[in-house]
Amino acid sequence: MAEAIKNEQILSAWGGGVRPYAVGDKKLGMWLFILSDSLTFAALLVGYSYVRLSSEVWPTPFSFSPSIVFSTVMTACLLSSSFTMVMAVSASVRGNRSGVVKWLLATMVLGAAFIVLHLIEWMHLINDEGLRPFQIPQAWITEFGAGASPLFGATFFTITGLHMFHVFTGVIYLGVIAALTAAKRTSHEDVEISGLYWHFVDLVWMFVFPMIYLLSIKA
Amino acid sequence: MADNTHEHAVISFKQNLIVWLWLIFLTAIEVFLGYIHLAVNLMLVMLMGLSIIKAALIMAYFMHLKFERLSLILTIVPAMVICISLLIIFFFPDSFRALNLRAFQ
Repeated sequence: MAEAIKNEQILSAWGGGVRPYAVGDKKLGMWLFILSDSLTFAALLVGYSYVRLSSEVWPTPFSFSPSIVFSTVMTACLLSSSFTMVMAVSASVRGNRSGVVKWLLATMVLGAAFIVLHLIEWMHLINDEGLRPFQIPQAWITEFGAGASPLFGATFFTITGLHMFHVFTGVIYLGVIAALTAAKRTSHEDVEISGLYWHFVDLVWMFVFPMIYLLSIKA
Repeated sequence: MADNTHEHAVISFKQNLIVWLWLIFLTAIEVFLGYIHLAVNLMLVMLMGLSIIKAALIMAYFMHLKFERLSLILTIVPAMVICISLLIIFFFPDSFRALNLRAFQ
C-alpha cells in the first residue's frame, strides 16, 4: 500500500497535483521560512564575529556568576520549552486536544519566562552598567583599555533582540494555535508546523548563547 | 488532501526525553568550558562543534527531519550548510586582513 503510493508519487512528480516532498504545502512553507531565517541569523552572527575579530580589544564583560548562571537558566527554559512543545505534538498525534492545549500553554509559559529573564538582563546592562548600542560604559573602558570596541552593544542588542522578538512572536503564534485547537479548528499539521517554528527559535539560541555569552566571559 | 497522515513516525516519550537530556548535558559541558577559561580559539571550535551537534539533534528529532522524505532533507540541509559556509569563507579572511593592517600602522 505505502509502496504503491510512493511509486505513484514518483511517477507523476512532474505532472503536477502531487507533493514530491510528501509534506503539506504549509509545512513546506514553514521549512523554507526557517531556511531563510536561519541565514538571517547566520549573517548577523558572522557580522558579529567579523567586528569582534577586527577590533583591537573586544570587551568580555560577563562574570560567571551571576551573568552566565543567569543566561544558563534562560537556556534551560528554552530547551525545556522545546520538550513541552514535542509533548504537544505527540498529544496531537493521538488526537488529544486538551493535551495539546495544556502542553502548548506550558510551552508559552516557559517562553514568556525566557523573555522576562532576558528583559531583566537587558535592564541590568542598560540601567546599572550603562551599556548603549554604540557606546560602552566608562568602567569597561577602564577595565579593558581604550581600544575596547564600542560596538559591543550594537552586536549584543541586535542579535539577542532579534532572537527575543522571535520568541515573542512564537508565544503569540502558540497562543493562537492553542485557542484554535481548543475551538477544534486546527489539524494535526497546524500544531506540528507551530512546533517547527518554536524548535527553530530554540535552535538559534543554541548558537547565540555560546557565541555572545560564553565567549565573553570575564577573564 | 491529508496525504502525509500515513507516515507519522511517532517518537516515543522516552526517546524525546533522552534527546532533551542530551541537549541539557551538552549545554552543561559548554557552560563548564566557559567556567574553566580556555583560550578563545580553542573555546570557539569546541563550542561550535557542540552547538552543531545540538542543532542536529533538534532538527533530526524535535523537528522530525530524520523521519521526512530524503528529498526534503536534501533540499533544506545542504542549502543551509552551503550558504553559511559561503558567508564564513568570504567574510573571515577579510577580518584577518583588517587585523594585520593595524600591526603595520
